[in-house]
Amino acid sequence: MRTNIDRHRNIIDFAISSMLRRKAKNLSLALLYTLIIFVTASLILFVQALRKEAATLLADAPDIVVQRLMAGRHDLIPTSYGEKLAGIRGITAVTPRLWGYYYDPVFGANYTLVARDGDGTGPEKIAIGQGVARSQRISGGDMLTLRSATGTPLLLTVARLLPEESELVSSDLLLLSTADFRTMFDFPAGVATDLAVTVSNQRELATIAGKIAALLPDTRPILKSEILRTYESIFDWRGGMMVVILSVAVIAFVIFAWDKASGLSAEERREIGILKSIGWETGDILLLKFWEGVAISLTAFLVGVILAYLHVFLFSAPLFTQALKGWGVLYPRFRLVPHVDPYQLTILFFLTVLPYTVATIVPSWLAATVDADTAMRS
Amino acid sequence: MNIRHSTSLALLTALNLLLLAMVALHAAAGREQASRDLAVMKGLVRELRLTDLCLATEARYTRHPAMADTHAAFQEHPVALDHFPTGSLILPGIPPARLHAHKH
Amino acid sequence: MIELVHVSKQFNAGRANEFQAVDDVSLTIRRGELTILKGPSGSGKTTLLSLVGCMSRPTSGRIYLRGVRTSFVPGDEAEPVVDISSLPERFLTDIRRRAFGFIFQQFNLVRGVTALENVMLPSYPTGEGYAAIRRRADELLERFGIRRQGGSRVEWLSGGELQRVAIARALINDPAVIIADEPTAHLDSRLSRELLDLLGSFKAQGRTIIMASHDPIACDHPLADRVVEMRDGRIVAGGSS
Repeated sequence: MRTNIDRHRNIIDFAISSMLRRKAKNLSLALLYTLIIFVTASLILFVQALRKEAATLLADAPDIVVQRLMAGRHDLIPTSYGEKLAGIRGITAVTPRLWGYYYDPVFGANYTLVARDGDGTGPEKIAIGQGVARSQRISGGDMLTLRSATGTPLLLTVARLLPEESELVSSDLLLLSTADFRTMFDFPAGVATDLAVTVSNQRELATIAGKIAALLPDTRPILKSEILRTYESIFDWRGGMMVVILSVAVIAFVIFAWDKASGLSAEERREIGILKSIGWETGDILLLKFWEGVAISLTAFLVGVILAYLHVFLFSAPLFTQALKGWGVLYPRFRLVPHVDPYQLTILFFLTVLPYTVATIVPSWLAATVDADTAMRS
Repeated sequence: MNIRHSTSLALLTALNLLLLAMVALHAAAGREQASRDLAVMKGLVRELRLTDLCLATEARYTRHPAMADTHAAFQEHPVALDHFPTGSLILPGIPPARLHAHKH
Repeated sequence: MIELVHVSKQFNAGRANEFQAVDDVSLTIRRGELTILKGPSGSGKTTLLSLVGCMSRPTSGRIYLRGVRTSFVPGDEAEPVVDISSLPERFLTDIRRRAFGFIFQQFNLVRGVTALENVMLPSYPTGEGYAAIRRRADELLERFGIRRQGGSRVEWLSGGELQRVAIARALINDPAVIIADEPTAHLDSRLSRELLDLLGSFKAQGRTIIMASHDPIACDHPLADRVVEMRDGRIVAGGSS
C-alpha cells in the first residue's frame, strides 16, 4: 500500500515537471478548460436555481386559470362565466382577474397592469414594482402618467413600492384600483381578463378542468400543473438557452479533446520510448498520462465550478442576464436562492473530466505499447 | 528544499475542495436567508393570483409564458424578436427612427 | 552470469524487408568483467544488447540470467537461474529495472527536466519512497562531481556533464549489469577515456559491464577484459570461452 502511494506520488511529480516544461501551452489549455467548465456550470447553476425558484413560488399560483378564446386568440371573459363555474362541484371560489399590458412609449418599457383594491391602492393611487420605479426614475409619492385607451392621460400617485425582495415576481407590476383599471383601458363592464379558480381537492383538478371545457367550450382552462410544467420545460436540459450554450460548450470540448487525442508529437513519442527503455512499464506510462489529464481537468473543473457559483449567486449572473434582457428595457434585479445540485455537477464532471482524461491516455497507450528497444535504435 | 510537485497538486486540490465546501456552506446559509424573501414572494403570488415569474418583459409569451397563446408573434413589444424563423424576417411595422427615439 | 545459447533475432519475418540482426550467437558473459562487443554498424551489437537487457525477446535460442534477484522467482535459491527468452513483458520490465542500468548512444535524457530528475526517473515507478531515491541520486551526482548541476535542465549541460548524468541514471537502481550502447560515439578522446575509466571502476564494485563500440579507444582500453567481434549478426572473434 505504502509503495503504491509512493509510486503514484513519484509519477505525479514527474507528470507535473513534464507539464511545466510547456508552461504556456498547458496553462492556456487549463484556462480554456476552466472557461468551458465555468460557462457550462454557470448555466447549470443559474437554470437550476431559476427552475427551483419557479417551482417553489408558483406552487401558490391559482389552481386553474380559465381563459376565453375567440377566433383562436385570447379574449376577455364574461364574469357571468364565473357563476356557471361556481356550480361545478369541487370548485370553492372563482375570482375574476383584471390585468393587461401597457407599453410606455417614452421609456420603451412594458408594464403589467393588475387591478387590485386596497393595500395602498385606491382612486388614482397605485403601487408599483421596483423595476417600474427604476425605469421611470420615480419613488413613493411621485406622480406617474399613463396614456389611457381613450387618449386622455391618467395621472396617478405612487402610494407604495412593492418590496425589493419580491422583484422576481413583481418587478414590472403596476397595481391600480379596479375603477382606474377600467378607465385606463376603457374596459367594458361585466368582463374580466380571465378567471382564477380555486379547487378544494387538488387531485380533482384534471376532472374539473374537463368539466369546465365541457360546460364552456369556448374556454381554455390552464392547470397549475401546466404552469409548473411550462417552467420546467423552459429551464430544461434540452430546452432553449440551455441547448444553445451547452452545444457550444460541447463542440468546444470536442475540438479540444480531438486535438489531444489526434496524436502525440515526435518529441512525446521519443520520451515514451526513453521511459520504456529505462524500465517504465506500459502501465506506468499510462499512469503518468492519467495524472497529467487529471491534474489539468480536476483543477479546471473545481475552479470552474467555484467561479460559476460566485458568478451566479454572488454577482447575479451578469453573463446570462444580458441574454435574458434581450430587448426588454425593464429588467428585474433579483438574487437567486443559492442551490447547488450535486447530481448535475456529477454529470458535468463525468461529461468533462472523464473524456478529457481518456483523450489524454488513449494515444499514449498506443505509443506506449512499442518495444522498449525502439529508443535504442533511433 | 523545494515542495514536491505532487504535494503542490494535493494542496491545490485540497484548497479547491475547501473552497467548494465553503461554497456549499454559503449556499446553505443563503437558502436560510432566502426563505424570508421567498415567503414575501409567495404571499404576493397568492394575493395577486400571479401565474408567472417576471424574467423578461419584452413580449407576452416571455413575460407570461404560462398564459400566452401557443403561437402568438409580436404580441407586446414592437421590436420583440420572435421564436419562429419567419419572425426574424418580417420586421415590425415601425420605422426604425421612432424606435431610437424611445430608447434612452 | 549471462549465458546466450544459439540466440537469433529476426526482424520483419516473412516480409520483403526481412533481415537477420543476430544469427545463432552463443556467448557467456562472466560476472565483474567488462565485455566489449565490437563491430561495424549493422553488425547486430545493439540488437544483442537489447536482447540481453530484456528489452526484446529473441526469435529463437535461450538467454539465461544467473544470480539476479527477481520478485517472481522464489528467493531461497542462492543462484537462481532465469530464462528471460520467453518471459512476458511485465516480468522482463521487472528484471530490467532491478538488474540492468542502461547508457545510450545519445544518452536519451528527457529534455526540459532537471539533471536530478533525470537520474531519479528509473526509480519512480518502483514505488520506492521519494526521500530514499533522492538521497541516492544526490550521492551519485556528488560522486560524479555534478551535484551543483543537479537543478539545471539537461539541455543546459555540457557534453561531459550529460555523460555523467546518463551514468548516474544507469546506477540509480544499483544494477548488477550495466549495458552501454556506443557511449563514446559522440565524445572527444578525452571524454571517452574518462568515461571508460569510470565504467572500468564499476568492475571493482562487482558490476558486470557490457558495451557495444567500434571505437579503438574503447576496444584497446586496459580495463576491457574481453573484446567480442561481430559482423553480420555473428561472432567472428573472441566468442569462445
